Amino acid sequence: MSDKMTEKMEVKGLNFYYGTKQALKDINLAVQEGEITALIGPSGCGKTTFLRCLNRMHDLYPGNRYEGEILLEGKNILRKGIDLIKLRSRIGMVFQKPTPFPMSISDNIAFGLKLKGIRNRGEIEGRVETALKDSALFDEVKDRLNTPALSLSGGQQQRLCIARAVAVEPDVILMDEPCSALDPVATVKIEDLMSELKSNYTVVIVTHNMQQAARVSEYTGFFMLGEVMEFDRTKRIFTNPKNKMTEDYITGRFG
Amino acid sequence: MNLHYLRRKLVNYVALGISLLSAVFGIVFLCWILKDVLVLGLPALNTSFFTELPAPPGMEGGGVANAIVGTIMITVIATVVGVPAGILAGTYLSEFGRKSRVASAVRFLSDILVSAPSIVVGIFVYALLVGPMGGFSLLAGSLALAIIMLPVVIRTSEEMLKLVPDSTREAALALGAPQWRVTVQVVYRGALRGMVTGVMLAVARVSGETAPLLFTSFNNTFWNFSLTEPTASLTVTIFNYAMAPYEEWHSIAWGAALLITAMLLVVTLLARFFARGRSTG
Repeated sequence: MSDKMTEKMEVKGLNFYYGTKQALKDINLAVQEGEITALIGPSGCGKTTFLRCLNRMHDLYPGNRYEGEILLEGKNILRKGIDLIKLRSRIGMVFQKPTPFPMSISDNIAFGLKLKGIRNRGEIEGRVETALKDSALFDEVKDRLNTPALSLSGGQQQRLCIARAVAVEPDVILMDEPCSALDPVATVKIEDLMSELKSNYTVVIVTHNMQQAARVSEYTGFFMLGEVMEFDRTKRIFTNPKNKMTEDYITGRFG
Repeated sequence: MNLHYLRRKLVNYVALGISLLSAVFGIVFLCWILKDVLVLGLPALNTSFFTELPAPPGMEGGGVANAIVGTIMITVIATVVGVPAGILAGTYLSEFGRKSRVASAVRFLSDILVSAPSIVVGIFVYALLVGPMGGFSLLAGSLALAIIMLPVVIRTSEEMLKLVPDSTREAALALGAPQWRVTVQVVYRGALRGMVTGVMLAVARVSGETAPLLFTSFNNTFWNFSLTEPTASLTVTIFNYAMAPYEEWHSIAWGAALLITAMLLVVTLLARFFARGRSTG
């Protein structure tokens, strides 16, 4: 891997258990700053489980257990006593299905801004507008910022969720199959958006769509049965994979 | 072949007829009640009915102004006591307790409380408040209604909160929101209309109660605005007047019945109005 890159997150020997069932086995990989890292693999291979380790989403449900280390800028986020609220404000997440809050379009974004302690109405309005412009949604919704977010189309809702995640300026943005519920037009818009985000943010994206991984990402990890089979530059994974399984998967021989 | 077809057609008509009759059977009694209440109640409604205190037996005129105000006061205080407690308990069940043992115990007990006869609640409050306080009171009546309201509000608010998908909660938490903000600012907003509807139906349900008030707020022929004094209510007034041997009192009882029915109708319609807004919200 390139030397000039800096590692935003580093995962070392991560094991994860749902109760007694082990879902992730000895994961080691590094997320480079300012790049898009894609995670691919067949259904049930642990991609999403891994992604949800990165902002400790699993802590919401009892019985889940981590082992190993996940370093965010050198500090282990699995350590005891870490402030999860602070962690999640640094690591944003966009989910598979759009998750707009039951409130107006602008309030959806303002919610995150208020969490950051921004109280000034003028500043909130300005940043809501910036976030919507950044996510290429502003022109479509500028006349109805106070209408319910649930009245938007699926693709618009997903872009709103991305705008909401971006507005709080996290260090890393996690995306869990953000396009799987969207049509091709909306998918293109979101992929464009991801490329834009790359200049300011570090992005980790789980996807079932191999073309998408090839198009947008710089690094790709191939997951199978809770293990990382191969992790490398996307170009290499798709042109010259070292692992036979990776090759079989990306050429569509299974999965 | 043809016979077979005829038989099917016949069975179809018979089944249709029976179910139609059953529906009519149910509706008929409702309409009958409404008709009687209207026909017998309307003549009693005049200015003095709404503005005057009850007249002594045998005297012309008189009204139930104190009972109207009493019913409203008892119901409002019961709502103020019962609804916040019920909503908070529902919040605990849906947002915090979830599958814990305490939560299942609370759920089970509130299910039992829903089906507890309201007269039992009345006697309970009698022993709890009326005895120690040395007399019937507005407060005791309100408390009895609040207890009856409580399980209804607990379960409806839990159900409404559960309708908000977990993915919405996760999304808010993933933004770095503390749990209380997720509950208050996101989940409540999603469940608001449903919860308002549930609360209104609970209010409608208790404001028509008579039995629990007989032992608690009792009755009063005069105005009362004190929490610690007996208070007149429309339902208890109906109960007393309908059993009295005076013709004028019967008429006033019908009037009160019409009034309370109309009040319930308004609350129920408001609840339906809110419920309808749900889909667009």
